[in-house]
Amino acid sequence: MSGNPYQTSPYRTSLRTAADWGLVTLALLTAAALTQPIGIKDGAILSWTADPIALLFLVGSAFSVVGGRTAPTPAKGAWVELGGAAMAWLLPFHLLNEGVDLSRGWGLWLYLIVATVMLWRVLGVLSAVPGWRRSLLVPGLFGLGLLLGWEVLVRGFQIPSVLLPPPSAIAASLVKHAPVLWDDFRQTVLTSVVRGYVMGCGAGFAMAILADRVPFLARGLLPLGNLASAVPVIGIAPIMVMWFGFDWQSKAAVIVVMTFFPMLVNTLAGLQTSERIQMDLMRSYAAGYGTTLVKLRLPNALPFLFNGLKINSTLALIGAIVAEFFGTPVVGMGFRISTEVARMNLDIVWATIVVAAVTGSVFYGGLALLERATTAWHPSMRRR
Amino acid sequence: MPGDAGPPIVEARGLSLVYQAADKPVFALSEVDLAIHKGDFISLIGPSGCGKTTLLRVIADLERPTSGAITVEGMTPEQARLKRLYGYVFQAPALYPWRTVERNVMLPLEIMGVPKAERQARAADQLANVGLTGFEKKFPWQLSGGMQQRVSIARALALQPDLLLMDEPFGALDEITRDHLNLQLTQLWRRTGKTCVFVTHSIAEAVFLSTRIVVMSPRPGRILDIIDCDALPRERTLDIRESPEFAAIAHRVREGLKEGHSYDD
Repeated sequence: MSGNPYQTSPYRTSLRTAADWGLVTLALLTAAALTQPIGIKDGAILSWTADPIALLFLVGSAFSVVGGRTAPTPAKGAWVELGGAAMAWLLPFHLLNEGVDLSRGWGLWLYLIVATVMLWRVLGVLSAVPGWRRSLLVPGLFGLGLLLGWEVLVRGFQIPSVLLPPPSAIAASLVKHAPVLWDDFRQTVLTSVVRGYVMGCGAGFAMAILADRVPFLARGLLPLGNLASAVPVIGIAPIMVMWFGFDWQSKAAVIVVMTFFPMLVNTLAGLQTSERIQMDLMRSYAAGYGTTLVKLRLPNALPFLFNGLKINSTLALIGAIVAEFFGTPVVGMGFRISTEVARMNLDIVWATIVVAAVTGSVFYGGLALLERATTAWHPSMRRR
Repeated sequence: MPGDAGPPIVEARGLSLVYQAADKPVFALSEVDLAIHKGDFISLIGPSGCGKTTLLRVIADLERPTSGAITVEGMTPEQARLKRLYGYVFQAPALYPWRTVERNVMLPLEIMGVPKAERQARAADQLANVGLTGFEKKFPWQLSGGMQQRVSIARALALQPDLLLMDEPFGALDEITRDHLNLQLTQLWRRTGKTCVFVTHSIAEAVFLSTRIVVMSPRPGRILDIIDCDALPRERTLDIRESPEFAAIAHRVREGLKEGHSYDD
C-alpha cells in the first residue's frame, strides 16, 4: 500500500489497524453465540445445528462481513454489511413463526448484538457520505432498527401487550380502528386545536402589538405571563369545561390560556430586535408607526414569531388532549385514551398516541419548513 | 467660493445640545454657528465625542437641539425630514437582509408611494451610479462590506435629495476600498451637484473630498476652525494627495485638531 503510514485506509483489512480488533471481537462473540441455544421448542432446547435455516442466516451474516470489508469502497461495503445485519434481525421472526420460545435463546441474542454492532458501523460509514444517504437513509435505517428491536424484544421475551404491545400490533390497531381514530382526530385536532391555536396565537400577537404601543400594558402583562406559564393545564382544564361546556369551546379555551402568553412574549421580544440604526433610517424617510412596523419590525421579528408558533403547536395539542380527560362529547383523542385505558384496550390507546405524535410532528415540521422559506435571509438559516 | 449664491441650505446659529448624563450634563454641541451652501462638500472632522455625528443628526432631525436655531432649506429640520429633503448614509450599511439589493434601494420609494415602474427605474439608475449594475437580485450578505455601503449610498440617492448627509460611511472599510469609494463619491458629487455633509475622522479623506472642512473639538463639542479648500481643483483625482496644496491643508487641519485635543482625559 502507500508508503506514508498516515495514509493507510482504516477500512482495508490489515493486522495493525484498530478495525481488526473490532472484527476479532465480532468473531469471538459469534463463536460464543454458536455454543448457546437459540430458543426452546416444544420444551426442548433448540441449538443452531437443529435448525439449518438459522445456521444459514449466521453464515450469511459472516460472509457479508467478509464481503463488506473487502469491497472496493467503504460505501459499497456498507451495503453488503447492511444486508448481513438485516438477515440477523429477520432470523427471530422465522423462529417465532416456528413457535420457538426465544426468551432463553442466548445464542440468538448474542447474534443480534453482533448484528447491532454491524448496523452501528454501517450507519457510521453511510453518515460520512453527504447527500440523500446521510439526510434520509441514515435516520430511516436508525428508526427502522429501533422498531425492529422493539418488535423482537417484546415478542421474544413475551412481554404482556398490556404493558407494551409490539409495533406490529399497534400498526394493526391503527388500521382496524381507523374510522374511530379519524373521528377523534377530526374532533380534537381539526376542531379544537385549530380553532384554539388560531385564537390563542392571534390574540397573543394582537396584544403584543397593542402592548408595544401602550408601554404600561407590557409592564403589567409580562409578569402575568410568567405566572400563566406556571399554571398547570390539569388545574385549569376542569374549570374551562365548567365554564364553556363539553364541546370544543372548552378545549379551545384551555389552548388559548396556554398559547396566549408564549405568543405575546415572543412577539414583544421580536419587536425589540430592530436596531437603532434601522429605526433611524425609517425615521429619516418620515415613515410612520405602521409603515415601520410592516416594513422593518415585523420582518425582523419573524424568527421570534415562528419560535412562539412552534412552541404553541405542541402546547395546543397537549392542552386539547388533557382537557378532553375532563369532559367531552364521546369522541376525541383525550377521551379515547382515558376511556380505553380503563377498559384495558391498550392497543387503541397506543394507536391514538401514534396519531398524536405524528400530528404534533407534522404540525411542528410544517411550521419549521414555513420558517425556513420566510426567514432564509436570517443568519441562523443561511446555508453555510 | 463656488455656488454660494442664494440662501444657505443649512444654517445653524448658536446651536447647543446638552445631554443629562447620570452625574453631570454633557455638552455634545456648544454654540455652533455654521452655514452650508448649495453645492458645498462639507466635512466635519474631529476626535470621538466632538459632536460631529450629533451635529449631522440634528440637521437630519434625528436629535433635537436644546438651544439655538437651525434651518434646513429654509425650514425646520423636522419639516425638511417630513418632506424627505435629505438622504442619510449611516456608519453601517443598515440594509434589510430580507430584501434584495434592488428592493433595498427601492425601500424609501415604497414608503413615499412612488409607482412600481418608476421605483425600478430609479433603483436601476442609482445602482448604476454607484457601479453596482448586475447585483440587483443579490442579497446584502452576498456582497462585500464596501459594496454594501455603496448600496446604502444608492438607497440615499434614490430619494433624489439635494442634500446628502453621510456619517463616517467608509469608517469600517479597509484603506484600499476606502480610496476607491472616495474617488467614486467625489465624481458622483461633481456629476450631480448635490450638497454633501460628510462626517469623518480621517484627515486625508476630509481634505480629498471637501470644499470646506469644519474642525471640531470635544467637551464641549464646538467648531475650532473652518478651512476652505479652494486651493485644490474642484475635480479631484487620487494624485492631488501628493500636491503641496493638499499637504498644506492637511497640515492646517492637523494643527487645528491638536489645538482642540488634550491627552489628559
